[in-house]
Amino acid sequence: MSAVPADLTRHHGPDKDPADDGPLLSVDGLVVEYPGKRRKVPFRALKGVSLTIGAGETLGLVGESGSGKTTLGRAILGLAPVTHGTITFRGRGISHLGKRERRALGEDIQVVFQDPYTSLNPALTIDDILTEPLLVTGVSGRDARARVRELLHQVRLPADAGARLPREFSGGQRQRIAIARALSRSPRLIVCDEPVSALDLSNQARVLDLLVEIQERTSVAYLFVTHDLSVVRHISHRVAVMYHGEIVETGTAASVTGQPQHPYTQKLLLAAPVPHPARQAERRAARRELTARESASMKAGSA
Amino acid sequence: MTLLPEPGTLGGEPVIAAPASRQRLLRRLLKDPVAAVSLAILGLVVLASAAAPLLTAHDPAGSNVAHALAPAGGAHPLGTDGVGRDVLARLLYGGRTSLLGTALATAVAVLLGVPLGLVAGYFRGWFDGVASWSANLVMSVPAIILLLVVLGSVGQNTYVAMAVFGLLMAPGVFRLVRGLVNAVREELYVDAARVSGLSDGRIIRRHILRVVQAPVIIQAVQILGIGILIQSGLEFLGLGSSGKASWGAMLNDAFGNIYTKPVLLLWPGLAIGLTVAASGLLGNALTDALFGGAAGRSRKRRSAKPVKRSVGEDRPTSLPLPRLSGDELLVVEDLKVTYPKDDGETIVVDRVGLTVRRGEVLGLVGESGSGKSQTAFAVLGLLPAEARTTARRLVFDGTELGTSDRGRTRQALRGRRIGYVPQEPMSNLDPSFRIGSQLAEPMRRHLGLSRSEAKEKALALLERVGIADPARVYTSYPHQISGGMAQRVLIAAAVSCDPDLLVADEPTTALDVTVQAEVLDLMRSLQQERRMGMILVTHDFGVVADICDRVAVMQNGRIVEAAPARDLFAAPTHPYTRMLLDSTLEDSEPRRPLGTTGTEQGADA
Amino acid sequence: MISFLTRRLLSGVVLVAVISALTFVLMSMTGTDTARNLAGATATAQQVAQKKTELGLDRPVAAQYTDWLGSALRGDLGRSWAGGDSVAASLSDKLPVTLSIVIGGLLLSAILSVLLGVGAAVRGGLLDRAVQLLAVIGFAVPSFLMALVLALFVGVRWRMLPATGYTAFSESPSLWLQSIILPSVSLAVGAIAATAQQIRSAMADVLRLDYVRTLRSRGLSSRSLLLRHALRNAAPSALTVLTLQFIGLVGGAVVVEKVFGLAGIGSLANTAASNGDTPLLMGVVVVMVALVVVVNLLLDVAQGWLNPKVRVA
Repeated sequence: MSAVPADLTRHHGPDKDPADDGPLLSVDGLVVEYPGKRRKVPFRALKGVSLTIGAGETLGLVGESGSGKTTLGRAILGLAPVTHGTITFRGRGISHLGKRERRALGEDIQVVFQDPYTSLNPALTIDDILTEPLLVTGVSGRDARARVRELLHQVRLPADAGARLPREFSGGQRQRIAIARALSRSPRLIVCDEPVSALDLSNQARVLDLLVEIQERTSVAYLFVTHDLSVVRHISHRVAVMYHGEIVETGTAASVTGQPQHPYTQKLLLAAPVPHPARQAERRAARRELTARESASMKAGSA
Repeated sequence: MTLLPEPGTLGGEPVIAAPASRQRLLRRLLKDPVAAVSLAILGLVVLASAAAPLLTAHDPAGSNVAHALAPAGGAHPLGTDGVGRDVLARLLYGGRTSLLGTALATAVAVLLGVPLGLVAGYFRGWFDGVASWSANLVMSVPAIILLLVVLGSVGQNTYVAMAVFGLLMAPGVFRLVRGLVNAVREELYVDAARVSGLSDGRIIRRHILRVVQAPVIIQAVQILGIGILIQSGLEFLGLGSSGKASWGAMLNDAFGNIYTKPVLLLWPGLAIGLTVAASGLLGNALTDALFGGAAGRSRKRRSAKPVKRSVGEDRPTSLPLPRLSGDELLVVEDLKVTYPKDDGETIVVDRVGLTVRRGEVLGLVGESGSGKSQTAFAVLGLLPAEARTTARRLVFDGTELGTSDRGRTRQALRGRRIGYVPQEPMSNLDPSFRIGSQLAEPMRRHLGLSRSEAKEKALALLERVGIADPARVYTSYPHQISGGMAQRVLIAAAVSCDPDLLVADEPTTALDVTVQAEVLDLMRSLQQERRMGMILVTHDFGVVADICDRVAVMQNGRIVEAAPARDLFAAPTHPYTRMLLDSTLEDSEPRRPLGTTGTEQGADA
Repeated sequence: MISFLTRRLLSGVVLVAVISALTFVLMSMTGTDTARNLAGATATAQQVAQKKTELGLDRPVAAQYTDWLGSALRGDLGRSWAGGDSVAASLSDKLPVTLSIVIGGLLLSAILSVLLGVGAAVRGGLLDRAVQLLAVIGFAVPSFLMALVLALFVGVRWRMLPATGYTAFSESPSLWLQSIILPSVSLAVGAIAATAQQIRSAMADVLRLDYVRTLRSRGLSSRSLLLRHALRNAAPSALTVLTLQFIGLVGGAVVVEKVFGLAGIGSLANTAASNGDTPLLMGVVVVMVALVVVVNLLLDVAQGWLNPKVRVA
């Protein structure tokens, strides 16, 4: 491992940089609109979202499909158009960067996508996939390959995995490869878009533990997008709940997933089934009670 | 003129597959006898045309009316044509004209179509709009008409005609490339490359060209063939370069002598037919070699992965069946499902035994590839045709079903007494039919209801499954309703003929968690109300805990543990079950907030 | 749906306009040669110039085209430079011939390709092989070669059907039918091959889809499954191919008419192009492109009717 050049293994440890004083990332009043087809009104995926992520922190972003959680991640990555609002990374606005500056940001902000089957180019070997982000920066092929060996070791894949193609790996292994790719340039923030929801239960836990371990070692921050409250509780320092393009609740993992305040979060929590028959029966009863209360108050409201 | 469907696309949607490596490709191509023969024919035609002066001493244009229509043999191995020209010489030299002409057309089409398609597909915007519109315009003009116009204005010149023809073929290449690029640029790996800081040029070179090249090669091979056809057509009309030997001109001459010497049709006809057929077949073989044929075209992943087992691991029997009490709705014993493969077979379900009683919900739990869905489909008789199913017993309500999917007994039970709720709500409704007609069709068939009775019952069902506006949904198409609603419709359809057994394959996996809870409530209440037996396939122990009375845990095609739900959760006995239950995150400690960063700012919203 | 059709119709009109303009420009490049040809080989330079003025060839191309377009919109397509006949009259004289064989070929393709394609997808085996073989033959044998072979054997050798000539429908429906069978078949073979293969693979794809399995789970008859559900969903892609094939069919008619000695639009096009007869060629091009536009529009309507996402948008 000593062969790896120092500039490839940055650690964002205690050595303070002036840009590190504020939060690592802050999003303020973010609005994302997608133009409607044929003079229809544009679709507003995010309606003024604000949040912050500190260095080395995991912010869990929970919501159901269509809530805008994935769009938020993509906006931070520069893959979705920002209509209003700002995204600030280490004190610098990044919501309207030029192409060249955006590319340079690849050093600091990376991504792990949900689907491990389509996020790796099936025609490239693992070596090609993992060296890609390194070669962009002008690192020599030899250094890049040394770095790849180290990355494979970090995500617990055999060292000879590099010569193989993605289709030779299982879903969990592919997701490790995607994580290794995200790590290759030692970023400060990784946007994880449902990285474990396509995985089997046993792989899911292992990948989450790997992410936590990497974070403890490298102080990378995660924006962890998921629909699963139990996953988010396991990995997040703080949790934000999205609903219809807005954040309805933020707080620590324990408070949001333990004593949710917003009715939507309460509903979400009670809807998630517990793998325990007796406790699930209780949760079901509580959910029905909540639903009954809701419809009663709606009736009262309309009466 | 014939246009094959664009290679690499099916039903308009571009198919993206991993192209095999190059050496392997050539080897695979040569192994395919059709491809080998096609290549040989094309090679032969090229060689013969190139070596024309060596193969014949005759001048292809040298006419000698005295020797017109001479029979084959002697100085003229294939005889002479209507004005005494040597047929063999014209055939060989004609090959040159045909091949050069069509190569020119193909080059123009590819050189124009590929870059334009790349730019339009990748950068989109106004250029895409203009280019696509023009391409559609050009594609809707009969090529030969435009060629007539062009030849009418520039005079008779085969190569000009073929260059223009290449221009007319370019939109096909353009559309192919654009479609492929459009699809790839939506792939997550392109997004990842973008996030990694790759420039557009690099992304196109590394990720996009790879996907584009194979289909373009295939289409180019086919344009080669089409070019020969069009060119011969023009020459047949007498519009080719005069004085140049060509296959089309030979046909024209043969046409003139069709009453006296019809055999003149044979040689140019054969040359055209063989060359074009070879290029078409080569294109097909290339498609197969590059995309693995029809099977490889489907992007769907096989849900069951092959089970590799060493001999020692083989245990003699499956778990003992719970004692039969006599009121079992379904008894399955020693069920085995295999798929044939090149060397032997893949076992996906192995010695599975299970029972379901009336009013009981059996959960079938396992990870992907455990064979749980295959087991459910085997019970339904809905496995793909290539699957082989055997079972010692497969008894439904006292009747042995047998394992033939198309058996009469099975056909009679399906839909009528055994209902099926699928996983993915949107892909399980026929997009071309209204919800109402899809609901009514089985009821009219099985229950003999009239049109209006079926409608009345369907509306009642829609209301029963919790759809607020049944009349609207009844007349809607699947694309007009939400996923949660679609799943309710599918449940309504599954119970429409009052089945005794419901088989649900991951019925809530595709749904949001709040919708999942409602759908589970619905399934439970329907099941209890009608005292149905139910097999619920799932990977989610939360769902099992919610609804199942008994659970069978599957691993690698086998049931490793089966127990009443309460017992299984309280005291799992098999290590695999324990491992799975340990993997659930429900009881894990919430992570503590990061103390040092001071970003605890409360609610931002 | 209405706006969809309006758009298609508009682009059809644009297509006719663009192609006619293009043709005009191309033809105008040969202005002098044409005038020389028409004036005769022995004509003096002055006579040629006079002919040019007479035909209006000395004026700017744009002005010439505007004139043509103006009269064309009023229904006057001008007179042939070669014979002096009214272009509109020649066209309406020859159109029935071409329409008969082209529409015949289209119907033949549609019917046979559905039968063969569905059969091959469902039955597999020998029929499937046959369709595959037909696909190769249909691709490799140009329609005029097919026409030559059919004319030679069916027409000349076996004398089963007339090898040349056309009988108008009004004269004798049965003779009309006999006279268009061979040309229509020659045109259709390629289209049948391509479309049948498309239907076969589209059917095979649809039969693999989830909802087909779900429909099977409801115990529907295999007839309803195949003909009501699967074919319905396979039809759009088949129609797309048929649309492309029809364009090929119209082009193929030009050559096939020559083989069967049919005096249709195709042979008119051929003559006009070799004589540099601009008014006649313009008429031919406009009629042919309009034919494609109309048939495509009909196929679009069918497409929209089949696809609820277009219909109920």
